Amino acid sequence: MGKNLYQKVWDDHLVGPLENGQYQIFMGLHLIHEVTSPQAFGMLKDKDLKVAYPGRTFATVDHIIPTDDQSRPFSDPMAERMMAVLSDATEMHGIEFFQPNSGSQGIVHVVGPELGLTQPGITICCGDSHTSTHGAFGCIALGIGTSQVRDVLASQTLAMDPLKVRRIEVTGTLSTGVTAKDVTLHIIRMLGVNGGVGYAYEYAGAVIEAMTMEARMTVCNMSIEGGARCGYINPDETTFAYLKGRERVPSGAGFDAAKRRWAGYASDPDAHYDDVVVIDGSAIEPTVTWGVTPAQALGIGERIPDPAAAEGLDQELMSDALRYMQLEADAPIAGTKIDVAFIGSCTNGRLSDFQAVADVIEGRQVASSVRAIAVPGSEKVDQAARALGLHNIFTAAGFEWRKPGCSMCLAMNPDKLVGDEVCASSSNRNFMGRQGSSTGRTILMSPIMVAAAAIQGAVADARDVFQLEQTS
Amino acid sequence: MNDLVKRSGRGVYVQGNDIDTDRIIPARFLKCVTFDELGPALFYDERFDTQDVSKGHILDAPVHQGASIMISDTNFGCGSSREHAPQALQKFGFEVIIAESFAEIFHGNCTTLGMPCLIMEKTQRKALAALVGHHPDAEFLIDLQAQTLMFANEQFSFTMKDSAREAFLTGRFDPLDELLVAKDAIQAVAARLSYSDHSG
Repeated sequence: MGKNLYQKVWDDHLVGPLENGQYQIFMGLHLIHEVTSPQAFGMLKDKDLKVAYPGRTFATVDHIIPTDDQSRPFSDPMAERMMAVLSDATEMHGIEFFQPNSGSQGIVHVVGPELGLTQPGITICCGDSHTSTHGAFGCIALGIGTSQVRDVLASQTLAMDPLKVRRIEVTGTLSTGVTAKDVTLHIIRMLGVNGGVGYAYEYAGAVIEAMTMEARMTVCNMSIEGGARCGYINPDETTFAYLKGRERVPSGAGFDAAKRRWAGYASDPDAHYDDVVVIDGSAIEPTVTWGVTPAQALGIGERIPDPAAAEGLDQELMSDALRYMQLEADAPIAGTKIDVAFIGSCTNGRLSDFQAVADVIEGRQVASSVRAIAVPGSEKVDQAARALGLHNIFTAAGFEWRKPGCSMCLAMNPDKLVGDEVCASSSNRNFMGRQGSSTGRTILMSPIMVAAAAIQGAVADARDVFQLEQTS
Repeated sequence: MNDLVKRSGRGVYVQGNDIDTDRIIPARFLKCVTFDELGPALFYDERFDTQDVSKGHILDAPVHQGASIMISDTNFGCGSSREHAPQALQKFGFEVIIAESFAEIFHGNCTTLGMPCLIMEKTQRKALAALVGHHPDAEFLIDLQAQTLMFANEQFSFTMKDSAREAFLTGRFDPLDELLVAKDAIQAVAARLSYSDHSG
């Protein structure tokens, strides 16, 4: 029997067994940012340890950085302090830091791939749950806690339990107006927010194979929202074409050799899986959330479910969600008024996301009741969007075009909801209080669905608002 | 009498499925460069309104002050990888978490901090939660070796992830020292890999 990609990467990076039954696994690439990593440098200092492989760690600043005025010192003194601690630590330990205005700063999960640091067949970790994003390249990418950041800094390894692997095949063809975000929300809706516990997800099937790398990143990004420890897609020609010519990818003969090696990591045709799930991609509708977990989602044409249909604490969770969201069971989700529209984040803050929106909003106007912001995922995304004039299309339509960062995905910078505002958001979490107000409400959706909601002032079907024709 | 394997203390039941780490510690409290001050911020937006007035959350009930064992429901600790969540629980005073299931990153973070995550199936957990409500002053006696829990003269059973249980039984819940021992083996893997670092 052949091996799946997860097993191949695991075997390649195995250092050995540990006494408690776990295994020690080498980490090829370690990414750090200012929220979860500065404390780890303090822990190293307490133990008088050094960074073992500084050339394998790269730093950026994303969570706390303002998206309007990024001049130093930041207006928030605590944000400034976190930035200073990371800056000092990386300098002291010889770690490359993608500083603001370096041309390479951005959200950690946008920066790694666009620089070509993220490559097939490697192990990647970062003190951030959305590290699963990098799995789009056919690598094993893990979100970790701060003590594990310490472990990796000190040893370049992690103590790990092996995962089971679930293959999720998305078959068929996506309808016009249905995007990678709809696919991932649909998968989570079907399998639940804890359906992936104990698993790595391997995404496959015609729909996944047809996706661009940026779309694949959107799918892998949300693996963690389905409870999976990581998610990946087998590397193929799409992967190699994306990587060719990237700053940190070998060129010439080195690239050809790397490509042959990368291709070898793809799961064997007769690989074993612990579970296989098949999802009909042709049946997926533009999907939005109605509640406070990413699994509380529905197709745009559907009605909000009735908690009475559920049992026990699940019923309670649904009732609490409806109360928090101020929504009614059995009401359509379309037509729900919004106050804020946010396009950005590690889920949907890449060039193709802004391109897709620019294509449909040109010549249209954001509703006067809506505050709309577009936040590129990185300086490179910003530069590329500006070169194409996308920022002008956004601002002409009534969006603010901001500087790169995590922004309103988790509102650790000044971009926050106020009171119980409703936000149509291209981000990844609709948890209570997620976007900076303890009563703020989030409705997750794709970037073009956010654009449709921004223009209508209410949740709407982008296919109707933008008259998207089915092409076949 | 608390040691790694035997735990005691009073309990509190925080009800809910899918309690995420944003609820355990809202993002604004992540603005810190050490974890030292996180205790009071635990479940802040569930416990206090926007004017910082108590909403009467169970964690603030006088009878549950000093509780060190938290009971919750399914998929506890889902969402963000922030270690700030288990750090806040620990600094608030919790030493053991009991739930039907745990999100994995959260579970790993708790283990490394020396805070066991006990998995208890629904029927027993519901009975235990109800009993804790009736006897907030009663003491738990938890034995990780036997995987038993005594409370108010009743015995309950739980399971643990094998590697986590082993880590507590052997006192190796923080893996760093063992990871560092393998220095040469790590170097050998680094050299064997067909890719190096990506610098410059």
